[in-house]
Amino acid sequence: MGSCSQDSFCKWVNRLNKDIFNFLKPKNELENQGENPENRPYIPEELWIKCPVCKNVILSSDLAENNKVCPGCGYHFRIAARQRIEMIADEGSFVEMDADLTSSNILDFPDYTRKLKNAKINSGENESVITGTATIGSQKTVLGVMNSQFMMGTMGTVTGEKITRAFEYATENRLPVVLFTVSGGARMQEGILSLMQMAKTSGAVKKHSDAGLLYITVLTDPTTGGVTASFAMEGDIILAEPHALVAFAGPRVIEQTIRQKLPKDFQSAEFLVEKGFIDAVVERADLRPTLARLIRMHTACENIQAEEGKAE
Amino acid sequence: MSAYDHVTAARANDRPTAVDYITRIFGDSFFELHGDRRFADDKAVIGGIAELNGKPVTVIGLEKGRNLKERMERNFGSAHPEGYRKALRLMKQAEKFHRPVICFVDTSGAYCGIGAEERGQGQAIAENLMEMMTLRTPVLSIFIGEGGSGGALALAVADEVWMLENAIYSVISPEGCASILWKDAGKTAEASECLKLTAQDLFELGVIERIIREPKDIESKLFDSMKNLIAKTLDKKSAIDPDTLIQNRYNRFRKF
Repeated sequence: MGSCSQDSFCKWVNRLNKDIFNFLKPKNELENQGENPENRPYIPEELWIKCPVCKNVILSSDLAENNKVCPGCGYHFRIAARQRIEMIADEGSFVEMDADLTSSNILDFPDYTRKLKNAKINSGENESVITGTATIGSQKTVLGVMNSQFMMGTMGTVTGEKITRAFEYATENRLPVVLFTVSGGARMQEGILSLMQMAKTSGAVKKHSDAGLLYITVLTDPTTGGVTASFAMEGDIILAEPHALVAFAGPRVIEQTIRQKLPKDFQSAEFLVEKGFIDAVVERADLRPTLARLIRMHTACENIQAEEGKAE
Repeated sequence: MSAYDHVTAARANDRPTAVDYITRIFGDSFFELHGDRRFADDKAVIGGIAELNGKPVTVIGLEKGRNLKERMERNFGSAHPEGYRKALRLMKQAEKFHRPVICFVDTSGAYCGIGAEERGQGQAIAENLMEMMTLRTPVLSIFIGEGGSGGALALAVADEVWMLENAIYSVISPEGCASILWKDAGKTAEASECLKLTAQDLFELGVIERIIREPKDIESKLFDSMKNLIAKTLDKKSAIDPDTLIQNRYNRFRKF
């Protein structure tokens, strides 16, 4: 797979900078605004798709075969959580947990009821994260995948609850956790209760960690705000997809604060590797074998410890 | 008083800041400690050890500064990652020496800038959330002015959270909320109502344990009564064994 040329990546980052707040909007809103479809990295169902980076036109079946990665420049299209699960979990192994949990407009926030309804219709999901158990390379794992198509993966009370329950289940059953993040941050419409999810999930991660269990996060484009400032950055091992935007404050907010242009490649996954906050950037096609390998290296330790325990 | 009136009061320039509370409650016993031992000393975070009725405590505050010069120095109370790392260092030290932690929160939010991102603002806050959850010593957080999102929460994973009557605590600033919701940062008053950010709202939502009434003359008896209240609460919390303490803290946040 070819890697993205510097020039095209630069253009892509510029586009990201320009459209940062669009991350927070559901897909249908972007459509209603008559946005240029080129600006939207969602996969439409048409036969042909134009890559937003290299502008090459790709046959959608080719794109699907290539894990939704542009064969020309290596741009990783955003993908739905279900597709991700198909790519990562051993075939047929995923068993969903808490599928029926769904948010309501607890604070009676303006327009939230409608937005939730649209998010459910657009994504076909009940919340911005799907959790469950699966095997990855035949090893049992708790798997969580956030969904950008549900209110840009923002974290509401139910998102936090599902992630917390997933960690509690993993701690109880001594399982590793793999979590794919994509998020615009805490969900404003749930006010302070969404902020509390940062503490709640972090508490569950800490218990899992203190039990000596493995937690791997995979940061995908974009991972920002309250999710970056909680469970996304709490993994024992932190991986990211190429060029994913990973930030606490989004580029536009920073530019407005400091009133200057940001440096090239700022807040890309590669930039964060350089700064020491991400362990490795892994291409989509390599994710499943990489995860399987990392999990195996940790469960091997656990098995040895169990054996030693028996011997004593 | 409308929600927006509380926002205005919480941000008022003449409002006492963390330094005022520390000076008035702990007096000369406060000994300031500096630096995160990794990068720098963030002046938006003030921290140290002090005595409360003869017992040692660790005190940490987000400090906005009391005049323009101080505000510039302290970055208007917006901490960089090194500020949160300094706070965590002092909390770990408190745990080691079995003394309780008192945090005074007053910040519009964690700083949004190049250096802050380069040095892992998100990671620094995340680490505080995780580590505070299992800190084996009592933690009390008191919101004295603004409580801006993750930057405030990073000092508020506590056994109890109190708020001054006019303090606010919110996931996003009312201006930010208004500009996202209505594309109009001017609709701050409406956004303030929607966000349920007043002490009264948060008490009703079960997010805080206590509202501290502000007397008209804030100087009068506020500090003395707070001092007694803090001492009494910490005595009670210190009597709880650490395993129960951290389980209670977990449950406190688990319920949301």
